[in-house]
Amino acid sequence: MNTVTSSHVPTRWERFKNSDLIYYFLRDKVAMFSFAIFLTFLIGAFAAPLIAPTDPYDITSIDIMDSELPPSWLEDGDERFLLGTDDQGRDILSTMLYGSRLSLTIGFLAVGVQLILGIVIGLSAGYFGGRIDSFLMRFADVQLSFSTMMVAIIVSAIFKASFGSEFFSQYAVVMLVVIIGVAEWPQYARTIRASVLAEKQKEYVEAAQVMGLKSMRIMFRHILPNCLSPILVISTVQIANAIMSEAALSFLGLGLPVDQPSLGALISTGFKYIFSGAWWITAFPGVLLVTLVLVINLLGDWLRDAFNPKIYKG
Amino acid sequence: MSLLEVKNLRIEYPSRHGVHAAVKSLSFSIERGEIVGVVGESGAGKSTVGNAIIDLLSPPGVIASGEVFLEGQKISGLTPQEMRSVRGSKIGFIFQDPMTSLNPLFTIEQQMTETILANLNVSKKEAVSRSLSLMEQVGIPEPELRIKQYPHQFSGGMRQRVVIAIALSCEPDLIIADEPTTALDVSIQDQILTLIRDLCIKKNVGCMLVTHDMGVVSNVTDKIAVMYRGDLVEFGPTKQVLSDPDHDYTRSLISAVPRSDIKLDRFPLVSYIEEAVEMKQIDIKNHWLGQSEDQREFTGPLLSVDDVSLRFVTKDSFFESKREYVQASNKVSFEINEGETFGLVGESGSGKSTIARIIAGLYAPNEGKITFEGIDLTALKSEKERRPIRRQMQMVFQNPYTSMNPRMKVYDIISEPIRFHKLASSETEIRQIVHDLLDHVGLGRMAGVKYPHEFSGGQRQRISIARALATRPRLLICDEPTSALDVSVQAQILNLLKDLQDELNLTMLFISHDLPVIRQISDRVGVMQKGKLLEVAPTEELFTNPQHEYSKHLVSLMPEFKGLRDKLAS
Repeated sequence: MNTVTSSHVPTRWERFKNSDLIYYFLRDKVAMFSFAIFLTFLIGAFAAPLIAPTDPYDITSIDIMDSELPPSWLEDGDERFLLGTDDQGRDILSTMLYGSRLSLTIGFLAVGVQLILGIVIGLSAGYFGGRIDSFLMRFADVQLSFSTMMVAIIVSAIFKASFGSEFFSQYAVVMLVVIIGVAEWPQYARTIRASVLAEKQKEYVEAAQVMGLKSMRIMFRHILPNCLSPILVISTVQIANAIMSEAALSFLGLGLPVDQPSLGALISTGFKYIFSGAWWITAFPGVLLVTLVLVINLLGDWLRDAFNPKIYKG
Repeated sequence: MSLLEVKNLRIEYPSRHGVHAAVKSLSFSIERGEIVGVVGESGAGKSTVGNAIIDLLSPPGVIASGEVFLEGQKISGLTPQEMRSVRGSKIGFIFQDPMTSLNPLFTIEQQMTETILANLNVSKKEAVSRSLSLMEQVGIPEPELRIKQYPHQFSGGMRQRVVIAIALSCEPDLIIADEPTTALDVSIQDQILTLIRDLCIKKNVGCMLVTHDMGVVSNVTDKIAVMYRGDLVEFGPTKQVLSDPDHDYTRSLISAVPRSDIKLDRFPLVSYIEEAVEMKQIDIKNHWLGQSEDQREFTGPLLSVDDVSLRFVTKDSFFESKREYVQASNKVSFEINEGETFGLVGESGSGKSTIARIIAGLYAPNEGKITFEGIDLTALKSEKERRPIRRQMQMVFQNPYTSMNPRMKVYDIISEPIRFHKLASSETEIRQIVHDLLDHVGLGRMAGVKYPHEFSGGQRQRISIARALATRPRLLICDEPTSALDVSVQAQILNLLKDLQDELNLTMLFISHDLPVIRQISDRVGVMQKGKLLEVAPTEELFTNPQHEYSKHLVSLMPEFKGLRDKLAS
């Protein structure tokens, strides 16, 4: 090995550019396609105020006379509304853009909450073991035995009843983030605990203990960085799940208020009109939601394979 | 006509970084009733050859060119269906690890008859009786009873016998054994090799024995093929190759094997191995490494272990009486004096590593006392009280691939203990110390900016040693530091440890299952078996005149490998 004498030190960016991850990414069409679509959605969602033809939150610009107009290319379509309007006369395209912004925000933030809870709990359970492990994991099991929907429905119903729907709609986004975050953390805790148990066996952890390092330092500086791959993979799946949960809650009327429609709320509204022929209110947000969740899941699958050295990659 | 003939075999592994030729143009042949040993270091392509012959290369490996003939019939390039019939009935394969090469969900009978029925046209009843006779042949007692059992009910050596029996079950013409004894203890290794040897002669089959152990090849093989980085550097009768090697590489490989008969000061320097930067001399008296501000004064031995016992729970139960334990360490007592190297030797599972981990404070003993520098460590209650002691003893681990955090740079790995224990006053001083340490273990300071995976096993072990030295310890615990390394690299690491010990007046606890290595490095040796320390004696005394029955047994099994040594010496 002559690497000892070579003097060139690659920078972080060069290292990233040469990494196996980028190499396999550039050779996987599905991954690239998914990533492109995901990026488009992301830009569309967060640039909604700039891109969207109308502002669905601005009540003054909405005219009830425009309600339930079909997409512009159909008979009776209005060219102002490319994908038609909903029951209150809001432009579907604009509402979808604003709605996906809400959905994505809730998805990412909820996963953030799950991540923090899951890392702290999973890491402590795996590292300390024994009673702490048993207690935390049984707690997680109990939590898991309630379905996400049930927890979410109960909590939001209680909040709605005790603080009134006015208060609830004001803090709806925060509430949804917390509810979805709290309901799903055991997934993270379990995954992280499993990889902590595997990493703990390795001698570098013993070496750190022999040095006398503190537990916190060993946990967060030595073990956690080596558990990042499974965390990253599960995160993509969980983001998709969180978006779905939010959509489902909104569909059930427990999510975002009517004047701040998310994708799920839009689908729900459209559902009432689907038999009266206004299919577009449900169909377009539905397609968007399915595509978004699909590309995130595809990316997650690809990441899992890319991080697994045992799978042969051609 | 030879039984097996390999002609100009070239095996390639294409990857994004270009094509790597694991084997370059290899030719050799095996006759019936002959054992050919294929030796070389890890990465030389030994196992790849065996896998290529039976067409079981792991992807993306491919046979790029060359041919393989079995009894004159070409077997390379057959379709998977045709190859399957060759694999079972003409070539048997013995894998390295008997713990994983048997299916744990099936009984031995099911696994043996399955192989027989798949390859031979016999009835189920005949297959069973055949299995029974095979088990008898490989020396498994009570075959009628044992054949109904599951693999986990067999010991490692017995499992390897079962694997051999399965390999022989369809009367193959050729057996390929890939490191068949590497995962086994010395005493069992000897039995398995004798078994393979006898079976080859009795059944008149050829055998290709892939191994890295020179002792093994010198004992059982007829011919040796020496491989070096994908090339066959030498092929010939065992005696001739070992006593009068043509190639320099063979010569250095042979001289790096630790001698079992005489204790040498240093291993002879060998060429043809991974390069290390010239070790830089530093003035120890005035250097940071040589100064330690808190060398405590004490009388008596540096470390003494008194009646230390530790048991692990194997079956937990709420009721005390129903719990089951394994006694990993049973009233072990010994002392280590300052500046000496104490060797601990024993087979796997004898409790050597447990003792090391108890001393290092990774496990707390159930009973007994450990005294270091006159301080009773077992009486220390908190981690805080223990911390100053932790700095005084450091550990070098067995597996260089897992003993470093793969996400930290080498510089950070080595500087972490210095920073943590506040052993240096400034960042510049830390930098200087880390660079000196890296220079001193023969890596060069440029190694600091890299990650551990960019180094080979031997180089990583050097990093490990540098990290251990970074706290300026008095006691260095080495837990099988060289058992994962090739012989030539092992020689370098052992030399390095000896040099460091002389310079820094280190005290060492050296653990190994390898008797010749223990003989080379230690001043006194303790022999362990099943958690008990049977005998402690000065090294030469133990090897020339062992007292305990078990020590006698171990010493008598020590592989004798003389090779061309006498010739080289003269």
